Parts: sequence; structure tokens; C-alpha cells
Amino acid sequence: MNIENKLLKQTSLEKLIVKLKEEGKQIFAPVIKNDQVEFAEISAMQEMTEDYIVTVQSAKAVVFPKVEKLFDFQTTKDNVTIVEKDINAIPEIVLLGARPCDAAGFDALNAIFTWDHLNDNIFVERLKKTTIIGISCSKFDGKCFCTSVNGNPGATKGSDILLTKIENGNYLAEIITEKGQAIVTKYSDLFEVATEVDKKKFIADVPVKFDLKIILDKIPGAFENKVWVKQSLRCISCGACAYVCPTCACFDIQDINNGHEGHRKRSWDSCGFGLFTIHTSGHNPREVQSQRWRQRVMHKFAYMPERQQVVGCVGCGRCSRSCPADMNLKEHLINLAEEVAK
Amino acid sequence: MSQENIYKPYLMRIESIAEEAPFVKTFRLKFINEEDANAFTFKTGQFGEYSVIGEGESTFCIASSPTKKGYIECTFRQAGKVTSALYRRDVGDIIGFRGPYGNIFPIDEWKGKNLLFIAGGIALPPMRSVIWNCLDLRENYKDVTIVYGAKTVADLVYKEELREWEHRPDVNLITTVDPGGETPDWKGKIGFVPTVLSQEITSSDNTIAIVCGPPIMIKFTMPVLEKLGFKNEDVYTTLENRMKCGFGKCGRCNVGKVFICKDGPVFTLKQLKELPAEY
Repeated sequence: MNIENKLLKQTSLEKLIVKLKEEGKQIFAPVIKNDQVEFAEISAMQEMTEDYIVTVQSAKAVVFPKVEKLFDFQTTKDNVTIVEKDINAIPEIVLLGARPCDAAGFDALNAIFTWDHLNDNIFVERLKKTTIIGISCSKFDGKCFCTSVNGNPGATKGSDILLTKIENGNYLAEIITEKGQAIVTKYSDLFEVATEVDKKKFIADVPVKFDLKIILDKIPGAFENKVWVKQSLRCISCGACAYVCPTCACFDIQDINNGHEGHRKRSWDSCGFGLFTIHTSGHNPREVQSQRWRQRVMHKFAYMPERQQVVGCVGCGRCSRSCPADMNLKEHLINLAEEVAK
Repeated sequence: MSQENIYKPYLMRIESIAEEAPFVKTFRLKFINEEDANAFTFKTGQFGEYSVIGEGESTFCIASSPTKKGYIECTFRQAGKVTSALYRRDVGDIIGFRGPYGNIFPIDEWKGKNLLFIAGGIALPPMRSVIWNCLDLRENYKDVTIVYGAKTVADLVYKEELREWEHRPDVNLITTVDPGGETPDWKGKIGFVPTVLSQEITSSDNTIAIVCGPPIMIKFTMPVLEKLGFKNEDVYTTLENRMKCGFGKCGRCNVGKVFICKDGPVFTLKQLKELPAEY
């Protein structure tokens, strides 16, 4: 559908949150928690903060929780019963304040969870029931590089409605999808006719730092490049980069067993961990950290583009902000673009 | 498809258990639910996720042939948490199974060819399915040769079936054990698989070779096959890597851009040579 522009006043947004909450929807938005900004459930607009570049952790947990129950089970000596998860019980969610990079991240996750027409129905259902009201970025920092990976601080892709703060605390509301349109139709009195605005004036100007095309063209052939060892010498294998990443989807499956009942769950995992690929025999195909770093970068910039037709990085810079060893993905990609072009 | 939970296992009952070798067992499994049994099909080479409900899942091949109807079999060595829990199961117990996953041995393309199966130790199970599949369609193939070795006589798996193949006039079975692994009454060869292979096999003419074994065996077997004149596209093997989901989502079994769970586990030597050495 064509994107329609509306004007949403600050007070109308506050009312909208109350209305959506009254409908029974869960509202997730950035809040200040333990001195950092994270997505959490809110019941009123006042709980939300707008003073953030990006949250520490991405918004992915709203649709792909850290730990997700796949089914319950009961066991007796002679019998096993599997109790299916009721996906209809997954609540309707509104994700407010996702940055355009957050919204774009769901595309990459969805590409994995629906790859080759094999749908992870729990993920698919959660995403279906999530309405994303994104907010454009008016500022950025040195870790941001969305514009280098096809993104943009005002990009509409992935959001159902994108808000951009303009004069007088009002928002330009771009209505992008039918899900977004449904909200506008239902609460039409809150959305006003938009006046002509120059959106660009209100969004951050994030400079392009490297040529993505060079990386996408050359990385598939750079498996043996020395750059992986050099870049990963500092890596301590903590996995923080994967946990804060909006597109990292790798998971583990474990059983939680309380005697005669329990559940099977899937939980976030990281290719940065040495145990991730280790065989029971002790053999490990990715024995050293440079192989794991190579996997991380090549998965996002070579394997996903080829296999799922999506780049596995949205340039949010969270991995760089969270890295205890100060590895900076943007700097590494600039370096990589130079190395692979040689 | 969208409403189905792809992580939900079939429930299967253990019909019988065979002790193959120290810490190695074969389970014959039957579907508890008749509808599942009727709807289930697989092809040789495919694998599954086997689970003791409450302990977790473990990945291994389907070790029986699709020509054997009404059940599937798996053979495993007690090694980690899940295989230890499986090892403790009795006949009649219920376990979980998800599958079949992965690609297949292209046995239709092998019609009219000689087949040379080469296996080492616990790697005979992934090959047992395709061996039986071809033996059950015996008229499709010319000479069938099986070269199988293990560390010791005790470590040879499927001892009953080895005897059966030994006595079949239409199968040439060569068994071997590593030097020092023989018993006083051992009648087979003594020597490592690649050595025995180079002594016993003289031709690659119109032949498909299927190789399964520990990495060290594969490493020394491939040059022997190349010397015999086998073309890379006529040599097949199966790869394994740690897996969780089995269908290309959990992100750990890939070798470069290739996912063993979806693109494999069956690969030709030609394909293998195009992969980065990360398996």
C-alpha cells in the first residue's frame, strides 16, 4: 500500500497508548531501567523515555524471547504426553519506539524462521500479532552505521507506523502497512491531516562509512583472509554481541525436567561460544575464536544474503557498544572492505 | 504447515534393543500413533532428532532402510547426556523422534553400477540404511562390495548382519580390524581400512564409492580412491556436525554457506572439495 502521512500530536499519542492498552494489547516501549534504556512493558506513555539513541538490547526479544517454551510434557513410567503450546494465547503486542534499525531486524529474523517455507509457527504468530510503531532517529553516535547497510534513520521498512518528531512535540506519522492502517482507522480522531513537512530536517544524518557492495561481493571469497585472526585477537568469547543483536537468531534447544513434568525450550545461543559447535567426541569444527568471528561476520554478510536473500546486519551498532573488549563492528567492516578489495 | 509446531516430536515405542558393541545399541522404533505411522516416509541417507523426553535431543541417522516398513531403527553410542539417557531405556519405553531431515543417497542414479561401501567403526549405521536399500533392490546394481573395519573385533557393529552379508553370494564383504584388535579366531583382515582397501580393490570401473568413517579414516581413504581412478562426483560420504533443530534455523551445523542439515548430510567428494575445511 502507499504510505499515507498523518499528524499525531503528543497528547494524541498518549491517548492512543491508553486506548491500545484498554484493548488488551501489551505495549512495549523504551524505559530507563537500572540506568540504561531497555524495552519493557508500559501502561502509559509517561513511563517511556525518548532520550535514547538505541536501547542496549534490541527489540527482538518481543517477538523472539530469550527463552521460549516449545511445548510442555508429562512423563510416567509407561506414558509420555506432549501438551502443545496454544499459539492462539500469544497476546497482541504493540512495539512502540523501535528504531528503524530495530524494525529492519525483524526482516532478517523472519527470513530465518520461515526459511524454505518451513515456518517456526511460534515466531511467525508472535510477529503477526506485533504492531510496530517505530520512531525515527534524531541523533546517532559513532557506533551507528545503518546507512552503510541499506538502512536509514528515517526508514519505514519493517515498521507499521513510523513516527518522526517534528515541531511543537508533534509527530509526523507515516502509515506503512495494513496493520498500521487498522489502528488509524479505529482511532481516526487521534490522527490529523498532515501538513507538508520536510522529514529529512528532523532525522539524523548518519554518514555512509563503507561500500556494502564491495563487502557483499568479496566476502564470500575471503574465507582464508588473514583479517579474521587480526580482528578477533581481542575477542573474549562472551557472546554479548549476539545477545544484543537484532538479527542474531541462533538458538539452543533444552529440556527442563521437574521429575515427571517439564517443558522443552529454545533459548538464545551464540556462534561466539566455543561450545556452540563442539561434537560429543571433543572434535570442534570451529576450534579457535577467529573461526567463530569469521562465522559471525560471514553468516551476516555472505551466507544470509545468499541463502535467505537478506543482509544479516542493520547497522545499529549494539554489538560494538556492548563489547567488553571494545571490538567495533563498523570499524571492522571498514577495515574488511579495504582488505577484501585488495 | 503454518499451524504445525515443527519442534514437536513423534512419540515412538522401543520395540526391541540390540547390543551391537560396547556402549553401542540399536533401537527398533514404532510409532505410537497409527496416523503418524501411515503418514511417515523417508529416504535413505536422512536423519532425525531422537529424544528422551525430559533429557533432550540428539542427532543421528535413520539406520534402517526405507524398504523395511513399519519401523525405523537407530544405532548410537553412549557418549553424552542424551545418548546416556537413551542407553538406559528398556523395550516398551517411549522416546521422541523428529524427522526425517536432510538430503538422500541418490540410489536411483546408481542403477547399473557397481557399489563399493567403505565404513569404519560406528560409521556403519549411516551406511547400513543405504546398503540394505540397495540389497533389497539388488537387481538394479552390479557387484556390491562392502569394506568395513573397526578398532577391535568387539567394536564391529551389526555382527549378525555381517554374517548374513558374508554368506550372501551377491555381496563381497571384506572386514578388517586395526592391528592388535584381532582375536585368536578372527578370520577377517588385519589392517587399517585405507590399507586393506588399497590391497583388495583394484578397479573403479563403473563403480560408485560410498565412504563413512572417522575423519582420520576419510582422510587416508580418499587418496586411495583417487589413485584407483574414482572421479570426485562418484564418491559419496555423509557429514555430521552438532545440530539442534535439524532444519536450518538453529545456526550451528553450517560449513560455510552449506547447511549440513538441509544441503546434506550426503555429499559427493566433489562438493566436499568446494567446502571450506570447517567440519
